Amino acid sequence: MRITEHPILTFERGKELNFTFNGQPMKGFEGETIAAALHAAGVKVLAKSPELHRPRGFYCAIGNCASCQMVVDGEPNVRTCITLLREGMRVETQDGKGKIE
Amino acid sequence: MFEKTGVASREMVMTKFPSVERINKGPVAVVECYQKIPCNPCQTACPVGAIKIGDDINNIPDRDENLCGGCGVCVAKCPGLSIMIVDGSKSPDTVEFRIPYEFLPLPEAGETVIGLDRAGQPICKAKVKRVMNPASFDRTPVVTLEVDRAFLYDFRNFRREA
Amino acid sequence: MREVELLIIGSGPAGLCAAISAASSGAKVLVLERSFRPGGQLIKQTHMFFGSESQYASHRGVDIAGILLKKVEEFGDRIEIMLNATAVGFYEDNVVTVLKGEKEYFKIKAKSVICATGAYEKSLAFPNNDLPGIYGAGAVQTLMNVYGVRPGNRVLMVGAGNIGVIVSYQLMQAGIEVVAVLDAAPRIGAYLVHASKLARMGVPILTSHTVKEAIGTDCLEAAIVCEVDDRFRPIPGTEKRYDVDVMCISVGLSPLNELLAMRGVEMKYVAQLSGYVPMRTENCETCIPGIFVAGDASGIEEASSAMAEGYLAGLCAAAKLGHVPADFEQRREAYLKQLNDLRSGPVGDRIRAGMKISQL
Repeated sequence: MRITEHPILTFERGKELNFTFNGQPMKGFEGETIAAALHAAGVKVLAKSPELHRPRGFYCAIGNCASCQMVVDGEPNVRTCITLLREGMRVETQDGKGKIE
Repeated sequence: MFEKTGVASREMVMTKFPSVERINKGPVAVVECYQKIPCNPCQTACPVGAIKIGDDINNIPDRDENLCGGCGVCVAKCPGLSIMIVDGSKSPDTVEFRIPYEFLPLPEAGETVIGLDRAGQPICKAKVKRVMNPASFDRTPVVTLEVDRAFLYDFRNFRREA
Repeated sequence: MREVELLIIGSGPAGLCAAISAASSGAKVLVLERSFRPGGQLIKQTHMFFGSESQYASHRGVDIAGILLKKVEEFGDRIEIMLNATAVGFYEDNVVTVLKGEKEYFKIKAKSVICATGAYEKSLAFPNNDLPGIYGAGAVQTLMNVYGVRPGNRVLMVGAGNIGVIVSYQLMQAGIEVVAVLDAAPRIGAYLVHASKLARMGVPILTSHTVKEAIGTDCLEAAIVCEVDDRFRPIPGTEKRYDVDVMCISVGLSPLNELLAMRGVEMKYVAQLSGYVPMRTENCETCIPGIFVAGDASGIEEASSAMAEGYLAGLCAAAKLGHVPADFEQRREAYLKQLNDLRSGPVGDRIRAGMKISQL
């Protein structure tokens, strides 16, 4: 799902990072958001809605809506569309409202 | 119709074309800008003052077919990619078009491609003569294609064979 | 508490130009930017801009961001851009509260403020519009042009305004198929040169069409569209199905300016400017002296006018702070002329009507 050749842009990707999505090992790049890295790996469902547990993906990609909130390193309600990926991150689908342990 | 589909009618297209006599003399710009929008880089780009918009930048560009030498500097400068160069001086049977093409992979000289009309429908074969992509064009390559003269007023784009 | 001379909220085209303009008059400027990179929406615009040389016409938006940031750098410490910093409150004593990252929260007191907060994308109501795969057109642009990630393989674009047709063209440049662009309006809203670019690539633009429903279990699988009559009511029997994995919603923007409302600036709903906007003078100053607005936060327009407004607001805000350059009046008139030129044509009818209503 990554664009390698583009007529206008060149994409300079940072160093490769390892992270997990629901326990599964994944790779992304430094400088990209969690949501972008997941999308590049084909993951579109990021959360489940609070009432009906319907699947949720990102929507605005600029931190306005709450559609992309996930549990990151145990912390809920992280806006993954504007949060940069870091080495070793544990990213999990969030089901409904976030709970503080 | 144009405002519903984005496809200009033959009548509209004809108003933008220079005379056949002019086309047969050598390259000349066809500026397919039909709507008054605030924009004037074509006027700024033209080295011989052949494209005039005037003080109100909303005016529709007026190209003087006698002043225009078909140099093509405006082709890559028009933000709407609305300009092409036509040249009927090379042969009585064909016309050369120079059109902007911002897609990859670029075609290669000598390649035969599918000629498309203003609605993107295939209408003819076209032969790629040249692909220009200098830094001054700022990533808007300009492709020269040879097309059967019968498609002078219909040819507007191309796609590579699958 | 940190005190600054001029605080600019937002580092998009309006905010950056305001900063450059104010700093060139001698003001000290702090720019707040909520993202981790400056430039606002410019950084994902791969197409050449309209307008004239004064607004960098014929340059690509992404390159204009570079040009403006280079100018910002030339002012050294007279302009500071604080990234990852969201303005979350704006109070009577000109205190702006800032959330930096997720954990730092502090106050900034400003002598003068320019609100250049931009806009947000509207959404559209239809069954299953919450399925993953249905994204704002701007969001897809970010994913594709900032991160180099494809949103999917086959896209249906909803909305034939400038953003809709421009993003459709950009999707094709990224090698993604666009099956159609639809719009409920009977006419294409975009500049027609943009629409023609798309039409000659073979993408049908379907006016008087809307989305009836989206289909899919976990993600979008298909969209059912139908024609609408002249009162936007669906016409039964006109349904068409498109098998797509992405639907982009591009049904317009609304000004993002709640901070000004919170500060107590007089606001008014102006349909021609696409939402609530602050009342302001021709110099972009609101009813509260020293509080200015520029760009889409003052009404939805093009980036070219956002830049001109930014330059004007920066000049006038700095002047109010005592930094009056010798050529103040010439510069002010030049910016006003630029704005007038950009708005004087038929595509500016709506804007001019809106400006009249929102003028103090």
